[in-house]
Amino acid sequence: MKKATWIRTVVLVGAVGALEIACRTGAIPATMIIAPSAMVVAVVKLLQSDDIGAHIEQTLSAVAIAMSLAIVFGFVIGFILNWVPFLRRAFSPFLAAYYAIPHFAFYPLLIVIFGLGSTPLIVLATVFAMVAMILATMAGLDRVPRVLLKTARIHRLSLLDEIWRVRLPAAAPHLLSGLKLAVAYSFIGVIAGEFILSTSGIGHEIAYSYDNFDNPRMYALILFVLTIVTTFNMAVYAYERRLMRRRGA
Amino acid sequence: MSMTALRSFRDPILVAVSLVVLWQVLHHIAGDVAVTAPAPTLAHLWEMIGQARFVPHLRETGLAFLQALAIACGGGILLGVVLGGHKLTGEVAEPILVGLYSLPKITLYPVILLMFGLGMPAKVAFGALHGIIPVVLFTMNAVRNVNRTYLRTGRVLRLTPAQTAWHILIPATLPEIFSGLRIGFSLTLLGTMLGELFASQRGLGFLLMTAIDLNDVKTILAIAVLISAFAVICNAVLLAIDKHLHRGAAPEITGK
Repeated sequence: MKKATWIRTVVLVGAVGALEIACRTGAIPATMIIAPSAMVVAVVKLLQSDDIGAHIEQTLSAVAIAMSLAIVFGFVIGFILNWVPFLRRAFSPFLAAYYAIPHFAFYPLLIVIFGLGSTPLIVLATVFAMVAMILATMAGLDRVPRVLLKTARIHRLSLLDEIWRVRLPAAAPHLLSGLKLAVAYSFIGVIAGEFILSTSGIGHEIAYSYDNFDNPRMYALILFVLTIVTTFNMAVYAYERRLMRRRGA
Repeated sequence: MSMTALRSFRDPILVAVSLVVLWQVLHHIAGDVAVTAPAPTLAHLWEMIGQARFVPHLRETGLAFLQALAIACGGGILLGVVLGGHKLTGEVAEPILVGLYSLPKITLYPVILLMFGLGMPAKVAFGALHGIIPVVLFTMNAVRNVNRTYLRTGRVLRLTPAQTAWHILIPATLPEIFSGLRIGFSLTLLGTMLGELFASQRGLGFLLMTAIDLNDVKTILAIAVLISAFAVICNAVLLAIDKHLHRGAAPEITGK
């Protein structure tokens, strides 16, 4: 395992280095991709500029709200669907096809219902991200080993205790991967909405920079978003590792 | 036909019917400005499909999707077999792939546009980028988990490599790979549609964006219904095949 980690680091560093060299020598024109070092410089410059704060705040707060709602509702709905076979049978085909549906088509409808502003985007992102959490919750609860449930029965745990002490901990790895996907999908929902339909926020700024051939600013914004998501995912991953170690896995 | 088989058809139909009812109710609350009623919308869709100028858009989206799907499936299986077959390469690549899987790839779309230019290649690339990672991950796991005893039995029976592949490897990995293809299908469609919504001049996504700009609710809903119906029906078929392939495998462990 150690060896693989080493090789992976070398591969990643090498890839970034190769990109840097290709960009600096002009093998990849700056109109296509700018050098990684230039991206980092651009991020620093971006964060120092005055006008970006409001956009970042708007997008990140929308993502944070959407993500929290998606995780809570996704978990509750997933739990209910897992508990009631009729509902599960009825909704499964729709859940499976969910991510192929063009959610942005319903954005005009959301604007009529919720008005202009960030509410329709938050609703869109919540609805978009929620199903990842629903599916992960159902998958996790499906795979609780029977022997644990039998043990719970032998110990005469109450229903709440059984759920809290047995089912949820056993389903935790799946819940955490649902969490990670919910974060990614909240970002997709908010940023894609801003790309296409909004006049502010990070997504709009990326699209605006693209339209104006302002590559440094565009790559700075992209790198900024990807760094935030990756940092969050790595934090979840670290927590997951700790959880698994405690179980002796 | 058993009762459960009957039910598994009846319940989704109930949900579909209640969705239409919900749609009708929404129409009454929000009015024609936001939601047109189901019947006129479907009539409009039917009329649109009949029009000659609609066909090129449908073909554009269809072609982009099929090419992206071919790349995602073909490339995904190929990469997955390589990564699953070679232990160290797999260990090196897996966390990178999982990391890529949970990135919001929409932020990378402008980069794709700069690399491939406006038009078909960018849509295909973006669709394939979404679909390929689950296919790789599922294929890799399928190849890794092939029971060693089967392979040893094959050696004992002196099977040629081709026979080993045909009689052992393919049957052992197919169910898992197919699950990956099913997820890859949905994500490829999502990627292709996202690609068409942004900076596109043809295709269903372009029609959708034009309709949104004109606030032509009837067309918006008609296209949304068309794509959603396509997605749900294809998925139902794939899901049925998926279950059929998995029936011989170890029974799924359930919580009940």
